[in-house]
Amino acid sequence: METIISIKPLLAVLVSLFVIPVLVSSSSKPNVRESWIFIAGTIKLVLVLSMLPVILDGKQIVLTLFEIAPGASIAFRVDGLGMLFAIVASSLYIVTSIYSIGYMRGLDEHGQTRFVSFFALAISATIGAAFSANLLTLYLFYEILSLATYPLVAHHQDKTSRISGRRYLTFILGTSIALVLPAMIYCYHVTGTLEFSTAGIFAGQLSKPAATVLLLMFVFGFAKAGIMPFHTWLPAAMVAPTPVSALLHAVAVVKVGVFSIVRVMTGIFGIDLLAHFNLGIVVMCIASVTILTASCIALSQDELKRRLAYSTISQLSYIIFGVALLSPQGLLGGVIHIVMHAFGKITLFFCAGAIYVATGKKYISQMSGLGKKMPFTFAAFFIGALGVIGLPPTGGFYSKWNLILGTLEAQQTIFMLVLLVSSFLNAFYFLPIVYKGFFGKSEEENDNIPVKINEANLCLVIPLVITAIISIVLFFYPTVFINLIKVGLDL
Amino acid sequence: MNNYPALIVVAPLLAALFAGLAAWIEERLSYPIALVGLAVSMFSAFKVLMQVIDSGAIQYRMAGWAPPMGIEYRIDLLNAMVLLLVSGIAFLNLIASYKSVDQEINDRAGSFYTIYLLFVTGLLGVTATGDLFNLYVLIEITSLTSYAMVALGDRDRGPLASLNYVFIGVIGASFYLLGVGYLYMQTGSLNMADVANILSGIHGSSTVLVAFILCMIGIWIKMALFPLHVWLPNAYSYSPVAFARIVAPLMTKVMVYVMIRMMITVFGREYIFETLNLADAVVWLATIAIIAGAAMAISQKNLKKMLTYIIVCEIGYMVGGAWMGNQLGMTGAILHILNDALMTFALFLAVGNMVYKLKTVDLIDLKGLFGKMPWTMTGFVLAAFSIIGVPPTCGFFSKWYLILGAFEAGAYHFAAALVISSLLCAVLFFKIFEISFFEPMSKGHGESHASVAIEEAPVSMLVVSGLVSLSLIIAGLYSGTIVNTIILPFLK
Repeated sequence: METIISIKPLLAVLVSLFVIPVLVSSSSKPNVRESWIFIAGTIKLVLVLSMLPVILDGKQIVLTLFEIAPGASIAFRVDGLGMLFAIVASSLYIVTSIYSIGYMRGLDEHGQTRFVSFFALAISATIGAAFSANLLTLYLFYEILSLATYPLVAHHQDKTSRISGRRYLTFILGTSIALVLPAMIYCYHVTGTLEFSTAGIFAGQLSKPAATVLLLMFVFGFAKAGIMPFHTWLPAAMVAPTPVSALLHAVAVVKVGVFSIVRVMTGIFGIDLLAHFNLGIVVMCIASVTILTASCIALSQDELKRRLAYSTISQLSYIIFGVALLSPQGLLGGVIHIVMHAFGKITLFFCAGAIYVATGKKYISQMSGLGKKMPFTFAAFFIGALGVIGLPPTGGFYSKWNLILGTLEAQQTIFMLVLLVSSFLNAFYFLPIVYKGFFGKSEEENDNIPVKINEANLCLVIPLVITAIISIVLFFYPTVFINLIKVGLDL
Repeated sequence: MNNYPALIVVAPLLAALFAGLAAWIEERLSYPIALVGLAVSMFSAFKVLMQVIDSGAIQYRMAGWAPPMGIEYRIDLLNAMVLLLVSGIAFLNLIASYKSVDQEINDRAGSFYTIYLLFVTGLLGVTATGDLFNLYVLIEITSLTSYAMVALGDRDRGPLASLNYVFIGVIGASFYLLGVGYLYMQTGSLNMADVANILSGIHGSSTVLVAFILCMIGIWIKMALFPLHVWLPNAYSYSPVAFARIVAPLMTKVMVYVMIRMMITVFGREYIFETLNLADAVVWLATIAIIAGAAMAISQKNLKKMLTYIIVCEIGYMVGGAWMGNQLGMTGAILHILNDALMTFALFLAVGNMVYKLKTVDLIDLKGLFGKMPWTMTGFVLAAFSIIGVPPTCGFFSKWYLILGAFEAGAYHFAAALVISSLLCAVLFFKIFEISFFEPMSKGHGESHASVAIEEAPVSMLVVSGLVSLSLIIAGLYSGTIVNTIILPFLK
């Protein structure tokens, strides 16, 4: 494969890092600070997009920074998968930054400079993870991301956030040190390399039991992917301000977890090895349990953000499920769900935050009739929900379509049932919210007070409208992402 | 031949003499003298390291006497690296010490700097010498000066901690001396290279076995390998903070160096790993040391004490790596000498800053510290990440080599201990972060969210602490280079 050496991936990672001192020094001037965020965010997006044509051409961009040991370096390699993830993360970062101005100022939160600084650090680490050339570099950015998001989760600095922060770290940092680290070093011990390659790195050096144990260590160890039973950090992390839940806990953090698992399965083990040992089915079972259980739990949650969190847990496992099918359609459906779910779920979180800022309401039972007051928000919520359920005209349809085709292709018809049941459950826990929002009656209506449109401020509404529109656009134009996946996985 | 190798040791020694004399005339004069002495020493150490990297080991004969009669300094890649480490940390710490000595022991500053220089001289000598008896003498110099330093510290508990330290330290030194005696009995020589030559023919001798065991026990006592560590926590936590900052990162690491020197240069790896059957037992001991050290650290209520137990834990890393019996483990152990010295130094620098402002560092005193001392805490956080082993800090990379070595040797228990200690350290440090992040400083409610006035330590201390914390990342990123230019060529 043709490779090009370029410093662009490094710049794309560093740009939000370098802006942090500027953010801190302009902490007393919020408008200046916020404009720097946009400047950095835009540069980052432009840098990422400028690499897109080359990648679509089937080439890869590489850059080795530090050689730690032979075969283990800190290096970047931009391929189709990494590109896909980087585009999603860096474009949504800009949207979220607009949203976060509205949210943080709307609620007059404390420590805003700290908030935006760690946010920038987190996005740097996310892009770093997307562009990692090997498992070592991926692990490095994975850990930085865990640590950088801790102050964001614990932002309120009260008792609940302290407990949640503790749970967040215990699960995320604990599993990565206890499971991923030894597994990674063992891989290096056996093969002498950690570079991702579509053929895998083991080349027959691994017995089936050893491969199974290693794979499980990775699948559970990357707990950001929220595979049960290591999922409870995600609902706990909902104490964070909503922009964090929206970008980090629906897109960046959780998908770094999923992305890591996908990388390990496709780049370290290799599809052929997994198929040879018949390990796909093991991962599929684990993912199926998570998909169904999390959907059921989501049904019982009354706090909107917690319901969204459980929905995320379930949707993340779709991606892993798709990859574990080990068939081209399954891989395509799984990986493209990274994109589709990102736009759908971030819309839903934006709506939850907008409702909270405008009305102070967190619980679904309080939200009936609210759609008349906030029509844009609820319309966007509807579109986001369609995207997550997987119905047209949203991009989510495309991923579910391919996943179902994948189960047929891999001749795992029973697992198709999992997808269908889960889609029903998704509809059950989302659509009543929209229905009650538009057609239910609020307390005010019961008292016969006329309802006026009273949306949250524009900084909150514009982003959620944008992401909802993109969700629909992706239904018609998913081609770029499909091509990226085809290039990235040699499909 | 140039005189840099001698200058490394002689410069601080002369500076000690002059600083002591100058303090009689004017207390303030001793500080600049110490600064010059250590600067010269550090520069020479740097020159020597470059020279050794370029053209191989240097043999320097003191006053021109040929070994085995005369004392020889033999500087190869390993001790060239340790020399630069020791002199660099001593110099940087001296810069940070000006303010803290002023605050803590201002009436005896002259004696402090004199003893400080002698201590550093001892450490440098231990590292540079190629003579077994000379090594003993220099170990005693470092020990005696540190007894004095500990006694200079906490006025209530310092003297007792010092006495305890003296007793155990003397026992350790005696073991070592006895071991050297046996070696002399067998070989008739005290020069390391010479002894190694003679020993290579008589591996089966029980005299050599006794000598080896005695030397090792002596060294282990001095390096505080669990369960021989009991003297360390009190001695280090009750000494003046300016001294704790240097003794904590360096003393135990230099003793680890001595152990590795004895293993590789004097007795030889062949003897230890093929003739003796001790390696497995020692690796198990190191495993226990790691877990015990981390567990004891987690139960401490005082930050300084907590860090001293982390040292005990880290000693287990290096002993285990060195005794793993393969190149990777030894690489990890040597790399960890460097990394652990840097990260312990960074931690103690941060603690020094805290002590300067807070006086006591019980964990409950640290409330609201992120708001009050943001720079100090940033340095502390970086150092803590290095201890936990978060990439790209250097602590991760030595752990990487150690675990690889453990896998290669099949010592899975040691790898497990490393992982468990990382987890325990994560718990322990995040406990501290939680206290200093979540808990408001004053008792009043609602103030946690108000902006807290920043009250930082003096700039000189902050700069040193910041630089050293940054160096953790740099050392981490360049660990490949360090391994390839220094450690692997040495192990060949």
